[in-house]
Amino acid sequence: MDRFVFLAAAGLARGAVLALFALSLVIVWRTARAVNFAQAAMAAAAVYAAFAVTAATGSYWAGLATGLAAGALLGAGAERGLMRRLPAHAPLPGIIVAIGLVMVLQAGLAIAFGPEHRPMHPPFSQRPFLIGGVPVLSPYDLFTLAAAAAVMAALALLFNRTPLGLQLRAAAFAPETARLLGVRVPRMATLGWALSVAAASLAALLLVPTELGLNPHAVDLLFVNAFAVAVIGGLDSPAGALLAGIGTGLLVSLVTGYVSASAAPLAVLALMTLVLLVRPGGLLAPKEARTA
Amino acid sequence: MSALACEGLTVGYGGAPVIDALDLDIAEGAVVALLGANGAGKTTLLRALTGLVPLRTGRIALHGRDLTAESTEDRVRSGLALVPEGRSVVVELTVDENLRLGGLWRHRRKALDAAAEDMYALFPALDRRRRAPGHTLSGGERQMLALARALLARPRVLLLDEPSLGLAPKATAQLLGVLRATAARTGLTVLLAEQNVTGALSVADRGVVLSLGAVAADRPAADLAADPALRHAYLGF
Ligand SMILES: Nc1ncnc2c1ncn2[C@@H]1O[C@H](COP(=O)(O)OP(=O)(O)O)[C@@H](O)[C@H]1O
Ligand SMILES: [Mg+2]
Repeated sequence: MDRFVFLAAAGLARGAVLALFALSLVIVWRTARAVNFAQAAMAAAAVYAAFAVTAATGSYWAGLATGLAAGALLGAGAERGLMRRLPAHAPLPGIIVAIGLVMVLQAGLAIAFGPEHRPMHPPFSQRPFLIGGVPVLSPYDLFTLAAAAAVMAALALLFNRTPLGLQLRAAAFAPETARLLGVRVPRMATLGWALSVAAASLAALLLVPTELGLNPHAVDLLFVNAFAVAVIGGLDSPAGALLAGIGTGLLVSLVTGYVSASAAPLAVLALMTLVLLVRPGGLLAPKEARTA
Repeated sequence: MSALACEGLTVGYGGAPVIDALDLDIAEGAVVALLGANGAGKTTLLRALTGLVPLRTGRIALHGRDLTAESTEDRVRSGLALVPEGRSVVVELTVDENLRLGGLWRHRRKALDAAAEDMYALFPALDRRRRAPGHTLSGGERQMLALARALLARPRVLLLDEPSLGLAPKATAQLLGVLRATAARTGLTVLLAEQNVTGALSVADRGVVLSLGAVAADRPAADLAADPALRHAYLGF
């Protein structure tokens, strides 16, 4: 039982990060109808920016702010410089360009910073609190949970409760109608990419200190799992990303604890297959799906 | 003063032009019916005016200001609105969200609330369904919402593409009635493309008949309605 509580608590923190990264994929899908296969490499680049600033200033928070800004800039730059120039209504060019971007970014990061793992220090202790002698979440886990939850809540408010969010949604669902209502649709796509990559960068910034350290591939596994999470939840559904993120985080943690770490990716894959068999659009896919 | 002036518009989709060197001048406050058989180019003309289809040649001016080089968004923000053909309601958004979307660039929060209430007063059927998702609306309700959403931004020139398509006669009469009353009250300039010739001519001052990419007739609405030879030649009935 103690072990279960420990694993579940750890799964919760991991799930929040997964959910945030999955939400970032949902955002770029919903605002620009793109699956960004370069999300991990872009987030890794943003984490390197944070790493460099923290190393130079000694401040974790300055690094965090830089990482978020770098993520937003990378997202906006990728949309303006690359994605916007691709032919519309065909997903393949976007995927190919994103894969090219992955190679360029990862090679560039390896050249600039070296391929080795750079340790990143968390701003709070990673020693778990003991509750009744059982180790549960650490202060850093709590920070991770709070940061991910706060950003997800802020994004939900932005999208659902503000005029800007209304324009972002309209531009994604019905670009031509939105333009006819004066919405600057290209700008909304840029903003969607910026928000998406910034959110992914935050997820990566929260994760990396708990792992081996920073290297150009440090975010790859998070991306793979978060992609599965986004598909499980429904690519169109922010709530689905949250639900599936927490669920998958728990699953990964429990399987890792009770079976083995190498079984965890299989468990995620099995869960995704199962969900897709039962609900091809994902858990919370909208009823009236739009294809364009 | 002319509200909308088009000079030498040529528009096409690759092959022969669909609209060929068309000139059209619409006076401020006029309600003009744009008529023509199916495929005459009414939709193409309206989409070209709003920049959704590029011009091959020609110039478009709104109240004397050249719009030709502007994006669709900027033309809309200059006061040119289009209620497009078909179901342009965003089905994922609620009635209220659809409505407000039309005025976001135009109004600050308070003014937007007031403008939305004005529209709900004008369209009580929408008022009762504010929170309903777009996909639950009937065809008539969608067309009303699309019109209300366009009016919310107080355009100077309103283009409508077959608003009566697929509507019951009663819904059509109601829609055209609101349109006529709004134009009379606010001095809005209207260009109304319709297959429903009788309905369109009943609210218009002037009728323009498109045929083979050019203006085949341009007469006061009452004249056109009363000229069976013309109706037969260009409108097919
Ligand atoms: N997107 C398009 N691509 C190619 N041809 C088109 C397109 N839209 C319309 N057309 C052609 O242009 C002509 C005029 O069509 P349209 O403007 O829709 O006429 P109307 O609205 O008067 O019925 C028709 O011959 C039609 O086939
Ligand atoms: Mg048409």
